[in-house]
Amino acid sequence: MAIIYKTWWKVLAVVLVLYTLIAGILMPVPAKYLLNETIRNLYFHVPMWMAMFSVFTISVIYSLKYLRYGKPEDDLVVVECVNTGMMFYVLGLLTGMLWAKYTWGEYWSGDPKQNSAAIAFLLYCAYLVLRNSMDEEQKRAKVSAIYNIFAFPIMIVLLFVLPRMTDSLHPGNGGNPGFNSYDLDKRMRFVLYPAFIGWSLIGVWIATLRYRMRIIEYKNESV
Amino acid sequence: MKKLLFLLIGLFCGIGAFARQEAPIMDDTFRSSGKIYVVITIIAIIFIGLAFYLFSMDRRLRKIEKFEKN
Repeated sequence: MAIIYKTWWKVLAVVLVLYTLIAGILMPVPAKYLLNETIRNLYFHVPMWMAMFSVFTISVIYSLKYLRYGKPEDDLVVVECVNTGMMFYVLGLLTGMLWAKYTWGEYWSGDPKQNSAAIAFLLYCAYLVLRNSMDEEQKRAKVSAIYNIFAFPIMIVLLFVLPRMTDSLHPGNGGNPGFNSYDLDKRMRFVLYPAFIGWSLIGVWIATLRYRMRIIEYKNESV
Repeated sequence: MKKLLFLLIGLFCGIGAFARQEAPIMDDTFRSSGKIYVVITIIAIIFIGLAFYLFSMDRRLRKIEKFEKN
């Protein structure tokens, strides 16, 4: 895991996000009713979820790794990835709620996507509560790893599958066209895809910083 | 706050235009008056500040890790 100590990808992350922050506001966007300029939120709201998703994916991989090899460092990766993912989750929910207020009319309209997102959020909160409930290190790591491995696919189903099967206001769900139909002219893709990469890398960076702090604490404890 | 106000005005204008079958109105006043660059600079300053904070944490951790290794 020597890559977490390298600098190049962190500089890349900062450059990419800075580019999307500037281009996201300056470059022209498709003109749509009700959305008007808020369509630019696409460059900020969606990458929050991408960052959460990348970091949660890493946590599942390390959960599996922990169950396979039993290294306590892997358990630390899992918990710090989930912690970072939760922060991006909250940001995604908040940005979505604000966007919804000005386009759908309310912060929370009981939309299937919003409700599913809230349920999956509670699912991961339960993971953190579960960890807290156990003092013994190995038991905590093992049980929470198993929980994490189940929570991840349930989160995917809740966020990406269920809302598409029912009526939803959210773009891409409930029969609405996804934003793919808005960036057919590739104008938005040039900012959106770098934003995905940039924010995901920022998420991973924050997770690695937290992990490095944890490792030092852990090593000092066992001394 | 100003951004929010302009956003609201832009939204309401958009809804009105729908009735008359015009194109949705996008926010050009903010842009043409050059004030958009103020917003961009502010956002850039905030983000660069945060990036510096992350880099400084990274460097601090590296120092501690090097110390621990010895």
